[in-house]
Amino acid sequence: MKNCLDTIQDYGLRSIGIGERLLPKSDFTLCEQFTLIGSGMIWNIYFGLMALVSGYFLAVTLALGKSSSNRWARKPAEWFIFIFRGSPLFIQFFFAYFFFLSLKKSYPMFDMLTSAWAGALIVLFMNTAAYSAEIFYGALRAIPKGDVEAADAYGMSGWPRFRRIIWPTMMRLAWPAYTNEAIFLFHATTLVFFSAFPAWQQRGDALYYASYFADKTFNPFIPYPILAFYFILLTLTVVGVFGVINTRLNRHLPAERRAKMRLRLNLAR
Amino acid sequence: MFSYCADPDTLGTFRWFSCYLTNGVHLSFYMSFVKVLLLLFITAPVALAMGFGGAMATRAHLAPVRWLGEGYIAIMRGVPDIAFFLFFVIALDQAFEWTRHQVLCPEWTDPIRQGNDFLVCPAAKLPLGTAPEWMHQSYSFFLAVITFAIVFGAFAANVLRGGMRAVPHSQLETAAAYGMSRRQTFWRILVPQMWIYALPGLSNLWLILIKATPLLFLLGIEDIVYWAREIGGTKTSRFTDYPHDDWRMWYFLFLLVFYLSFTRISEILLERLTVRLSHGQATTGGEALRKEAAV
Repeated sequence: MKNCLDTIQDYGLRSIGIGERLLPKSDFTLCEQFTLIGSGMIWNIYFGLMALVSGYFLAVTLALGKSSSNRWARKPAEWFIFIFRGSPLFIQFFFAYFFFLSLKKSYPMFDMLTSAWAGALIVLFMNTAAYSAEIFYGALRAIPKGDVEAADAYGMSGWPRFRRIIWPTMMRLAWPAYTNEAIFLFHATTLVFFSAFPAWQQRGDALYYASYFADKTFNPFIPYPILAFYFILLTLTVVGVFGVINTRLNRHLPAERRAKMRLRLNLAR
Repeated sequence: MFSYCADPDTLGTFRWFSCYLTNGVHLSFYMSFVKVLLLLFITAPVALAMGFGGAMATRAHLAPVRWLGEGYIAIMRGVPDIAFFLFFVIALDQAFEWTRHQVLCPEWTDPIRQGNDFLVCPAAKLPLGTAPEWMHQSYSFFLAVITFAIVFGAFAANVLRGGMRAVPHSQLETAAAYGMSRRQTFWRILVPQMWIYALPGLSNLWLILIKATPLLFLLGIEDIVYWAREIGGTKTSRFTDYPHDDWRMWYFLFLLVFYLSFTRISEILLERLTVRLSHGQATTGGEALRKEAAV
């Protein structure tokens, strides 16, 4: 037990470069595998959280753009959504990495974009924005006509009408689907270090370490279930947090009309 | 490929590209697209069959069978699919070799797992050490197909289960009233009607399957991602007649466009299929078609 605490001290923050420099090379203990894979989860949470928060704003903008009657707002939004939803995230990562690489060659100031923490984050940000925008767009079209008419009758228009009527209703309708999107996004973060983005000094995410152990021990039956355990925990946390927000979004409705959170996990991109 | 390709250095831009794009490695690159399509067209029916089995299992009377079906769906959906891809490729390989080992070399006494090694007797190796190169390639492709089928079978099981639930219950009651057995009701009433309810989910799944094909690269197959990385990298004139800079960005742009057009074409075809299957169905889609025909 004492030994395991040492391992946690050495490798608990290994994925962000704090602690022991060398990864364990042989005689892997269960504790080492749990600690390192857990340490890798820091990256998954970082990518997922940052992309989710930043992507939200772009998603709302895109959804409004797509439902706009103005061609010049609608077309770019439609194309953005089509490109990011119609192609594999894996290819997007590859393309973005090599694009950033050639950008860096001509303009050295874009240096940081070739490292995962910035470059992959940008791809995930745009990807989740496109997927969420489609969800928000669907919700925008499902807003009850009466709500908007009532807002008109109260003399609301423009920004106040959006902020006080359309936006809350859109959020309420989109929330269950948006929860799924958040879960997919966290799952998608495992792709980062398997596409072109290099894991600098072996600072990788949870799947990176899991496959490291599987390659070294040639035994997939230990690291991958550990990874699964962490991801199920993460998924349950996301579901819990989003559930609280869902309750708040629906608090004004009579109990039986409240949108039930339907759990539909997974599906790749 | 063309007769003027003998000395590429002297060619103009257009001719240079016509030679470059038809040289040996590019032909392998184009063949890998066939590999991807092959994977899609093999995996889709197998995954559908597995999904059908899974969905049937969740409706079974026997509780352990039901748990098996539900467990299959639940586990596959809670964890990132990439983890499953990486897991199954090794796990399936070891499972096959282990089984062959038990059958073929019963006299072998050494443990199979020795430290960090997985050792089976030479006769149980898959493919055999003496097998030609194409056997190794098709074996890893075969593993990839099974892996895809297992993962996507779980997604399909979930969709088909939803489709089975969506068939109006009165239809099943009517079948019972006609004296049909459970088996007859399932095959004659439920299965023919469930497709239209499952179709939106299945079309979505097809698009997702298309977008999952680049993950073949992770399974160690020489697929389009592999070749795009190989061919696109910087080439100097020492190793090739066609030296160029780092063109990987353009190769991946091409793959991006390929996938975009593939999903777009699929969307259009699936839309047509939906219209066709909606004929005569008691759904809003079917009703709209009926009214259209009446006008």
